[in-house]
Formats: sequence, structure tokens, C-alpha cells
Amino acid sequence: MSTTELPLASPSRTYASGAGFVRQHGSLIALALILLFNVMVTPNFVSLQTFFVNISQVATISIVAVGMTLVIATGGIDLSVGAVMALAGALAPLIFTSEFAQAYPVLGLTAAIAVPLVVALGCGVFNGSLVSLLNVQPIIATLILFISGRGIAQVLTNGNLQTFSNKAFSYLGTGKILGLPFQGWLVLALAIVIWWLVHRTLFGRYLLAVGGNETAARLTGAPVKRIKIGAYVICAGLAGLAGLIVVAINSASDAARIGNLMELDAIAAAVVGGALLQGGRAPVFGVILGAVIIQLVRYTLLANGVADEVALVAKAGIIILAVYIQQGRKD
Amino acid sequence: MLDQSAFDLRRYLRGNSQTTGVWIALAMLILFGLLRYDNFGGAYNFSSFLNYNAMFILISLGMCFVILTGGIDLSVGSVAAFTSVVAAYMSPYGIQVALPCGVATGVLIGVLNGFFIVGMRIPPFIATLATMLGAKGGALIISGAETIAVDWGSNFTRLGMESAFGLFPWAILIVAGVAIALWVLLEHSSLGRVVLAVGGSEDASRLMGLDVDRTKLFVYALSGGCAGLAGVFLASGFGAGQPLEGVGWELSAIASVVVGGTLLTGGIGSIPATIAGALLLGLVFNILNFENGRGTISMSAYWQMVIRGGFLFAVILLQTRGISGPRKTGMTQ
Repeated sequence: MSTTELPLASPSRTYASGAGFVRQHGSLIALALILLFNVMVTPNFVSLQTFFVNISQVATISIVAVGMTLVIATGGIDLSVGAVMALAGALAPLIFTSEFAQAYPVLGLTAAIAVPLVVALGCGVFNGSLVSLLNVQPIIATLILFISGRGIAQVLTNGNLQTFSNKAFSYLGTGKILGLPFQGWLVLALAIVIWWLVHRTLFGRYLLAVGGNETAARLTGAPVKRIKIGAYVICAGLAGLAGLIVVAINSASDAARIGNLMELDAIAAAVVGGALLQGGRAPVFGVILGAVIIQLVRYTLLANGVADEVALVAKAGIIILAVYIQQGRKD
Repeated sequence: MLDQSAFDLRRYLRGNSQTTGVWIALAMLILFGLLRYDNFGGAYNFSSFLNYNAMFILISLGMCFVILTGGIDLSVGSVAAFTSVVAAYMSPYGIQVALPCGVATGVLIGVLNGFFIVGMRIPPFIATLATMLGAKGGALIISGAETIAVDWGSNFTRLGMESAFGLFPWAILIVAGVAIALWVLLEHSSLGRVVLAVGGSEDASRLMGLDVDRTKLFVYALSGGCAGLAGVFLASGFGAGQPLEGVGWELSAIASVVVGGTLLTGGIGSIPATIAGALLLGLVFNILNFENGRGTISMSAYWQMVIRGGFLFAVILLQTRGISGPRKTGMTQ
């Protein structure tokens, strides 16, 4: 790892094996505890309905968080994911409710999915180019779209709430395969693809190398700039997809609300799942576990009548605890 | 350093390319406003503009110190919302009680940030993200998610709503005092040197025997205190404690600091340029409002967001031409 730690600064390095176990499997332990708590306390927790609700909620966070993890693996961060979701989510209904789509339903539906995704990928190119070609710090580069992306979405829709009924499009959000929500399968498929990308391709090798030590990666011939742009493009594309799903679930599109605060949830899921903000790691399935934990905590609190604002404080505590536990896993 | 005998403008500009850009842009926007709008330079616009931006200048100043050490403070907006509620509850006792209470609350949250970062070795981005959520939740809990009216009978509202000598709002006078104090602290005190050294290279600072941890604790406490004071202004100027305010303020503050030429990786930056950055971003808003008022274009709030983002983009483009060479890319070191 590139992090240089002075030995005196981390006295807890030589932890006992019990503490070491907690550090290694902290998120799994947390998940088990939350599930146990819910089974005992939360009414109607063990039901298919609850299961489906949680799957569809966790799917959007997971998709965005996995993309965020790739960016974090390069040592960057993407604040614009929520705004990109809003942009994609606002575009889709505009397209499939247009006259063109009424005349040619199949073409219209294809365009309604393809165009927002292409726009989202374009956002990724913009972010990635600023970061890697112009050397702008990631937080600032993505701040631009964070500020203006949602604005563009609202300009496009005049700030109106778009409601619609389009069976084919809504499949993205409400469809089921083998009795399980379509998004659940989608997340699984995406996770496998991204895992393969990270661990079995040259791109993945370079991605982790860039995050681990950028200078070393450059010296060994990694195309650092292209790798970084690639990470932002994938992240933005996945955010666009998540935006489409949110819109499909609700059968409505409100540019002001789609993906609001999603960047925080995605970052939280990534760090709870074991991503290091310094870069160099992309634990895809760990991040999905992180997303599940974040979602379950929220569900647990809401289902037990705890106010939303208290849930915020709880989420803060979980983030601190998760990162603190991970401090020992850096080596 | 500059050769005193022969002032070479080109060399000066090259040496200060990050900060000269913001001053030139500020001057050009002011000139544009003065030429285009009748009331732009009027006392009313002048004082209300400064009054409104006092809060943003304050949190930008605190943020500047944090960023100079190579850190970041995402909690400032929530802290301001939290302390605005605290100040509103304390307003019946007058400004002499409410202001210290608000600032102290902010400092306490800042110290908590510092503890997470220094004591628990949690990256600043995550630590302050957590306190951002915590302070937001806290503000909603203690206020019941409602705005808390301030007591008009006390002298509390004078701070945010009235002007000294009919021109300078009290809030901006206080901000000016804070700014001068912080400028002296950064440029002319040993603590300021340590802040810059820590941002330049934390490891080197440690090896030289500088107290890195205490310095970090200090900058987060300072940032929290500035946000706390901003929260007092918020309650005073708008006549209510606002638990829902402050969303996105941290990003405005970061933008101000960066537009002012401070490096996000730390070590290089200036207080006056940070103020110029905050004023610049505020001025874009002010000019868009005038443009709306003229009715020449219908500039919705949505367009304003787009234009602000575009403006930030333009400033960044201008600056990246000045800052070249390899740089640290990670945000957390």
C-alpha cells in the first residue's frame, strides 16, 4: 500500500486474534446482528413482502455503490452520481412519452433506455477527463455536475413531476424473474461482471495498481489516464441505470428527488464494504454487503417507529464504526 | 520572492497565477454589474449582498484552514443548521449569550471531528460525512423538524438585520474581524506555519517534531466554530432557527476555497483569495437575480444551478492552466 504510517501512530496494530477476527469479518458480523435483531423484534420481518421491498431498495444503492467503488479504487470520488441519476431518470419519460415513441413503441422504448445511458456515460467522460487529463481533484471535478446536473434535469422537465404508465419500461423496476425482483438479478449479474472486470482483466489489474501507487503504475506502463476515465465512465453509466430503475419503480420522475443524497449512501456502502478511500481496493461483493447493511439499518429503524432524523444519527455511527474497524485491515 | 527594485508584472502573475485569476474575475464581474444594472452599486444591494454572503465567507474561511492541512470538512452546513437552532433557543437571553453558545456548539462538533480524525485515524472525508449526518439528525431532533422563531424583543436580530453606520451590516463587520484575525494567524504566527507545513507534507512535519495531531484538531475546531458563527447569523438574519438549511453549503465553501486558488491537497492557499472566491460565487447569484429582475430572460432557479456549475467549470479550467506538474491525486493522506 502507498500509505506511509509511522509505527508510533498505530499502537493497535498488534491486535489479539479475537479482535483480528472482528476486523476481518466486521461487516458479516454486523449483518448477522442486524438480521437477528430484526427477526426477534421487527414485526413481519420474516415475510416475502419485506424481502422484496428491501431487495428493490438495496438494488439501486448497490448499483451506484459498485460504480463508486471503481472510482474510489483509483483514489478518486464521484459526487455527481445522484445528479446523473436525476438526469437519466428525467430523460427516459421525456423520450417514451414523446410523439415519436407513441408512433414507434419499440424504437421509442429502446431510445428511452439507450439515450439516458449514453448521456450518463457522457457525464462520466466529462468527470474522468477533468480528473485525468486536466489533473483536477476528483471532488472538485465531480462537484461541477453535482451542482449543475440536477439543474439540467430540471430545465429539461421544467421542474415538473412526470407521471406515466408504460408496462414495458416499468419492468425495470417492478418485473420479476423466478419470483424474485428483476433488479435483484440485475445487481447479481452486474456484480459478477464487475468482479470479473476487476479481478480477471488487464483493466482491473491496472485499476487497482493506479489506486495503489499511481506513479509506480505509470512507470510500469499502465495507461493511467485511460484507466481513470474508464472508472468514471462505468460509475456514471451505472448511476444512469440506477436512475432509470428508480423512475421505473415509481412510475414517476421528479428531477428534484431522484438520487438525492445517493452519493452519500454509495460512499457509505463502499467504505462499510471495505473500500479504502486512498484507493487500491475494489471489493465488489463486500460493497454490496455494505449496501445491504445500510439499507437494513434504515429499514430496521423505520419499521420500529424510530424517526427518520434519529436514523441519520445511527447511520453516522455505523459509518464511523465501520471505518474504524477497517483501520486494522489496511496492511 | 519578488525583486523589490524592479516589479515584474509578468513574473508576479506567473508566480501567483492561482490567486490573480480570482481577483481579475471578481473585478470583471463587478464592472459588468455596475455597467449593466442601475442599482447594482447601490447601498442596498451592497449591504444585503454582503450580509447574505457573510455566512458563506465564514464557513469558507474555516474550510480554507482545514483544506490547507490537506483535510476536508463536509459537516459545516449541518453544523450551521444545528447552531442556528441552538442560537434561536438562546435568543431570549440576547446576543451576548446566544452567540457564544452557537460558536461553542460548533467548536464542540469540530473537536468531535478532530477526535475521529486524529484519535481514531478515520479519513477526514468519512469522519466529517458522519458528523454531517449526525448534526443534521441532531438539528431535526432538537427542533422537531420545525423552524424555531427567535425572540424579537432581544438584541439578537440586530446582528443579522441591521447595519452599523447605515452601510456595513453588523454581520459583515464581525466577519471582517474574523477574517483579519485568521489572516494574521495564518501568515504571521507559528501556528499558521505549522498548518501550512502539515498540508505540505504530513510525514515531514511529524519527523520535524511538529505537533501534527494538535494542529489538525485545531483546524477542525476552528472550522466548526466558523460554521457555528454562521449558524448564529443564519438564525439572526432570517429570524428563525433553520434545522433544514445548510444543504450543500459545504460544497459552496469548498468551491470558494478552490476558486480562491487553494490546493485541495493542502499546503498552498490564502485567506484573501478565499474571500474573493466566496464573493465571486455569490456575485454570480446576485447578477443572475438582477438579470431575472430585468425580465430580459426568464432565469429559473434550475438555470441558475446550471450556470453556477458552468461557472465553476470555467474557473477550474482557467486555474488548471496555472497549476501544472504532477500532483498528489488522493484526497486522503
